[in-house]
This record gives sequence, structure tokens and C-alpha cells, in this order.
Amino acid sequence: MSTETADETLDVKGLNCPMPVIKTKGAFDELANGETMEVVSTDSGSMSDIAGWAESTDGAELVDQVEATEDGTAVYKHYVRKAE
Amino acid sequence: MSTDTPASEETDVAPPTAEDLAELRARIEELEADVAAVSDDDTPDKMVIIATKGTLDMAYPPLILASTAAAFGYEVTVFHTFWGLEILHEENSKDLKLSSVGNPNMPVPNLIGALPGMDRMTTRMMRSKIADNNVASVEELIHTAIESGVDLQACQMTIDLLEYDEDDFYDGVTTGVGAASAFQEMAEADIQLLI
Repeated sequence: MSTETADETLDVKGLNCPMPVIKTKGAFDELANGETMEVVSTDSGSMSDIAGWAESTDGAELVDQVEATEDGTAVYKHYVRKAE
Repeated sequence: MSTDTPASEETDVAPPTAEDLAELRARIEELEADVAAVSDDDTPDKMVIIATKGTLDMAYPPLILASTAAAFGYEVTVFHTFWGLEILHEENSKDLKLSSVGNPNMPVPNLIGALPGMDRMTTRMMRSKIADNNVASVEELIHTAIESGVDLQACQMTIDLLEYDEDDFYDGVTTGVGAASAFQEMAEADIQLLI
């Protein structure tokens, strides 16, 4: 999974708990069925938070989670798909 | 015992009558309807938090948990009573304080923390840490909670006790509620927390 294949991107860089999950939920509700959203966060806690949220949310499927470095900062990318 | 040699006592049992079968069928239908009603129960999960503290550090847990539960699809009510009202008070919420007295995790000894002006200093330290770590402000979390559909309630008895006006609270805060409505919501909730 990569940035190119996601239908939408949600940038929550700089935001800390609980905002990444709350913003993810808000943007997820706007997705069309079958679409995939990329969530880019700088909060290391988002790895378990978004995984837990997706597991508990009907129709949300966590496709992938990637840890990367951008401009010397650790970023956590999450790919969430809305089930058809 | 072999299955092809029925025991004598089994042959003594009369075969079920049409009436027995009809009764059995009716009973099955009744149970199926009950099972369907249980699995069709699409009422959302519910959480109720009772927020009783009004210090800067204790304003965060109820607001963060409430907004997070709403993101998980929960119906959430936070009932603010006593000093918990300060969190919903538009003016006071921007000036919540933190005391090092009685808090052994703070770097200031209690004896020093009790000196005049010390609460102001520890509060300033905490606020700058909150800002440095990109943690949302209390005001931001209140707006987030309300936008997420969280019902923030201000206990009417405490509003009267502390001589607050209903207009002192953030837009969207529910007033005119008491212990009975909070209890009723708790009884229906899946999660109940006292903070």
C-alpha cells in the first residue's frame, strides 16, 4: 500500500492523542464504500490507536501500517479501507 | 443397545399428536422471535462518565475518553458535577490550575508548593508542556467532544450551588439535569466511569 494507491489522504501530523483517531473517524465517515484513505501522523501512539479503532469499527479495514522518516521526522502511515 | 431393536418401553410411548406438534411449533416460533429480537438489538453502545474534578490535569481524562469513545461509535454522556463544572465553564475552563500540593509526582516538595504563587508556577509549567507536546487545549477538546456528538451535561444542583448562570457554559452544554437522569443513563450504559 502506498500514497499513490489511496483515494484520500488525511494529514494529522503534529496532532497528539486523541486527535488522530477522532480525525480519522470523521474522514472515514466521508469515504465512499470501497475507498481507501491514507492517514499520516507523527504520533507514535497512533499505531495501536488506529489499529484498535479499525478493529472495533464496522466497515473499517486496516490494510497496512507503515513507519517512515520524512524530513528527519518519524511518520506513521495508516491505510484504512471502507468495506463495500 | 442396537438401534434396530427398539426397547419395549419406547413402543409404549404414544406418538405425538397433531396437537402436540402444533404446540411445539408455536413454542419454536416464539423462541425464534425472541432470538431475532436479541440479535436485532441495534441500540448503540453507551458510555457515561461522571466528571467531578476541576484541575487542569483532571480535565483531560474525561474529555479525551469521551471523544475517543464517540469515534468508536459510542453514545457518550459526561455528567459534570461539583468542580467538574469548571471544565464546562467557558471562562474558568481557560484558567484551570494545577497544584503540586498533595501530588507526590510533582518535582516541588509539598512544603514549597504551599507557598503563595506556587500553583501559578506549576500551572504555567504544565501549560507549556501541553503546548510543547501538541496536546490539545481543554477548549479544543470541548469543541471536539461536542462536534463528535458527546452530550456534555452540567449538574443543575451544582450550577445553583456555585451560583453560576446557565449562559456561563459553552454552547451545546446540556443544563437542567440531575442525579436521577445521570443514574438512569448509567443504568443503560455499557461503561460507567467516575473521574
